[in-house]
Amino acid sequence: MAEKVLMKGNEAIAEAAIRAGCRHFFGYPITPQTEISAYLSKKMPKIGGTFLQAESEVAAINMVLGAASCGVRAMTSSSSPGISLKTEGISYIAGSDVPCVVVNVQRGGPGLGSIQPAQSDYWQATKALGHGDFHVLVYAPSSVQEMVDYVYEAFDKAEQYRMPAMILSDGVLGQMMEPVEFTDPVIHPHDKSWATTGHENKRAHNVVNSLYLTPQELEDLVHQRFERYKIVEKNEPKAEEYLTEDADIVLVAYGATARIAKAAVNQAREIGIKAGLIRPITLWPFPKASFEKAAEHAKKFLCVEMSMGQMVEDVTLAIHSSKPVAFFGRTGGVIPAPSEVFEAIKKHTGGAE
Amino acid sequence: MADTKNIVLAGFGGQGILFAGKVMAYTGLMEGKQVSWLPSYGPEMRGGTANCSVCISDEPIASPVVINPNILIAMNLPSYQKFIDAVPAGGKVFLDSSLIDVKCERTDIDVYYVPATELSNSENLQSLANIILLGKVLKETQFASYEGVKKGIGKCVSARKAHLLDANIRAIDLGMTL
Repeated sequence: MAEKVLMKGNEAIAEAAIRAGCRHFFGYPITPQTEISAYLSKKMPKIGGTFLQAESEVAAINMVLGAASCGVRAMTSSSSPGISLKTEGISYIAGSDVPCVVVNVQRGGPGLGSIQPAQSDYWQATKALGHGDFHVLVYAPSSVQEMVDYVYEAFDKAEQYRMPAMILSDGVLGQMMEPVEFTDPVIHPHDKSWATTGHENKRAHNVVNSLYLTPQELEDLVHQRFERYKIVEKNEPKAEEYLTEDADIVLVAYGATARIAKAAVNQAREIGIKAGLIRPITLWPFPKASFEKAAEHAKKFLCVEMSMGQMVEDVTLAIHSSKPVAFFGRTGGVIPAPSEVFEAIKKHTGGAE
Repeated sequence: MADTKNIVLAGFGGQGILFAGKVMAYTGLMEGKQVSWLPSYGPEMRGGTANCSVCISDEPIASPVVINPNILIAMNLPSYQKFIDAVPAGGKVFLDSSLIDVKCERTDIDVYYVPATELSNSENLQSLANIILLGKVLKETQFASYEGVKKGIGKCVSARKAHLLDANIRAIDLGMTL
């Protein structure tokens, strides 16, 4: 076992990217994710990698498109307002069928918002991270250790399915230090015969492109892409189920908020309320099966988020509107206290049995 | 409830608030505990005050944000004023009395007045008032073992500053005699 070290979530993401074989990072500073750039600016030159601080977020994501088109592991990171700027490029990357990893260390919004932690980019990440018919894989780590684990996985799955993957983090996870252990990532050899690596007149040249002037050609391509998304939706959903087997009320929370919700679930159990928690780890694909199973006996679901309830609709859809879905959240950069969540559980269950 | 140390350290930037918090967190890690460390990173940091939350527990840390610290270490007056009412009954508060000229009126908490900055100057431990305070915290709360803290310091003092390791240990020792 590797030794556990204390590390900030942002630094852990950066170190994990290096260990996953990423040697091309293009960034632009923004609180609360700047430590990712800072860490990589120190490390990349020492290992023969490229660290580049671009002139803007738009430039950085397009550099990712360029690097990823060559088949290398490329990453960029930002926080909410910066991610909005990157969405054009992310759409181009999805439309070009190249893999990459994008990190969003969320802060309060809309607009410049606040620099404190939030989860109010859920809709953006899962529904429309740019224009057009496409999805990105969205991982929601809940600890510094998971920042590492899911950066490894994000690079791997992005290559397997030739699509962008996002790490949807937040200011708490990015800034906090926790013990973390770096295991060696499993790097699967994925087919990269599409990459623009120089054909030396030995093969037909590869084209990485997202422009199709013939509608039928584009429709066929989008259909192919959605066939691939079906496989992703079948194989990749991930969730943690905690005390859900006999739960009357099932909390739903991801990321930093899931830790707070779990503490509230434990507190509720102590006074006899049968509470449980589903923690989606992939936000797209949404882990519907966990919800269908829990809906068989749960009386109610309670989403807990650092937003105005952006995940509520996905939960309602996953359980086919069969049970009420309540919501408790704080937003704008305010972090819910475990006691507030506990009170919300009591309110929605009518107190102890 | 698990025995959880919810700690807030607060003071001016440059006093080693974040460093002292990191020593506490690393110490917990060395002793096999669950730990978290969360700094303030907002505009207050730019304004000169810094604070951080540290949790040390036998159980997984739910929220790394400490709202009600059962251990408060304050190294300036604004920090004392900001957090003193958040300390729950039975909590322990450690003040740098060289810099905070107040007497706490609460009787449901233990308040320790440590002239840490004066001592750091008179004992040739410049810039180690934070660690002197930490020694006193160790003595009064036993948040870890003495050996654990030594290991924690060893993890936090970078190789470039290894010559300061002994001074840090001396500062802990001094704090424990107070």
